[in-house]
Amino acid sequence: MKKQILKHKLVPDHAILSKTEANKVVKQLNVHQEQLPKIKADDPVVKEIGAKSGDVLKITRKSHTAGKFVIYRLVL
Amino acid sequence: MDIKKVTSVVKKKKADFPESLIHEITDASERHELKAKELELLVDEIKKEYERAGVENGEAVGTVAAQSVGEPGTQMTMRTFHYAGVAELNVTLGLPRLIEIVDARKKISTPTMTIYFEENYGTDEEFVRKIANQIGKIVFNDVLKDFNVNYADMSMTVEIDEEKVKEKRLEYDSIIAKIEKAFKKVVINKNLLSFEPTISESKHAIRELRLLADKVHDLQISGVKNIGKVVISKEDVEWVIHTEGSNLGAVLKMEGVDKTRTTTNDIHEIEKILGIEAARNSIIHEAQSTMEEQGLTVDVRHIMLVADMMTSDGTVKSIGRHGISGEKASVLARASFEETGKHLLRASIRGEIDYLTGIIENIIIGQPIPLGTGSVGVIMKARD
Repeated sequence: MKKQILKHKLVPDHAILSKTEANKVVKQLNVHQEQLPKIKADDPVVKEIGAKSGDVLKITRKSHTAGKFVIYRLVL
Repeated sequence: MDIKKVTSVVKKKKADFPESLIHEITDASERHELKAKELELLVDEIKKEYERAGVENGEAVGTVAAQSVGEPGTQMTMRTFHYAGVAELNVTLGLPRLIEIVDARKKISTPTMTIYFEENYGTDEEFVRKIANQIGKIVFNDVLKDFNVNYADMSMTVEIDEEKVKEKRLEYDSIIAKIEKAFKKVVINKNLLSFEPTISESKHAIRELRLLADKVHDLQISGVKNIGKVVISKEDVEWVIHTEGSNLGAVLKMEGVDKTRTTTNDIHEIEKILGIEAARNSIIHEAQSTMEEQGLTVDVRHIMLVADMMTSDGTVKSIGRHGISGEKASVLARASFEETGKHLLRASIRGEIDYLTGIIENIIIGQPIPLGTGSVGVIMKARD
């Protein structure tokens, strides 16, 4: 069952950003890192992709309106 | 005209279009066989309209979302039950269901799952029926032919109906194993089983026997935890199982079950098994289908905003007293919502400070609110 949750159609694509990418995103959005939406460190997807506390995840959602939409979440 | 070309034109015009819009432009330009010049003109015009259509800075999107979901809500039938496709399954719908979603209830009143199967299994009725019997709750009583309680010699004989066992695609040996595990005093003679109660020195031997009879009746011999009845139905070409009760984790582990489409309507369970983003998607899907089922349409964007708010801090939290409204930073904003006394008292004990940055606080004290044109101030340039 492991690994397969990422393929579920309810689960969008999660990717870990490197430190420099994360800084760039935060700068571009003009916010502090703590102001991003959060995701828990024990979230099944976070565990699956091996993200650690403090990482910023890039989540590419399938949107009903925009087709594709990118948001970022901070791993708590 | 392909997508790449359109994308490059859009990029050249510095338009920040979403993917779906680019697809639409591509389709339209293909249909009308636009030339490069015409395409540029089109993108120019669309850019103008797109920017005009956007939400303006300072717009009260939350309030608009609340009204847009709330108004159709008043037209919903107060109490509706609906049978989800199949006549036997009863699912909460309408206003009660919508309230359940936004309240982020831990225990929803009618959890239900929709189980799909992988490609080559979905059309195999025999396989689906077998799985359905593994998932659905079957008690010992369902496979009995005869049940006798003999009060004279304090015993009980039971006959298993082999046909029923076969019909339910169960294995005789596994049933026997379950029974042997559950009851100690049992004599098995092919299909005939006889039970004896464990009689202590108490005088209530008859009661003991009756209790044992009930226990034998209700012994679960097959099924996944938390799942009750299952209903098999055919959707287009494939067979689908609907269940009463839900256990996503266990069902996803089963062989043949489609791990990508099988879902439940229990948002907390989705959060636990598939994560917060899946929970967000599920909130949107559940809320919208509840509204649509009643013949009401709400723009998804409003529901998406609600779902975003509910999932923004990594867990699904409710709207209202225990969730979003209860966590507002401002004392006055919280006090004006519910439990006024409690909030004012606590704030005074803790010595909370209200920075008057929100809407409600400023209305209370009679200042212009930071919304729309009120959200900008004037800064004067110092004369040098």
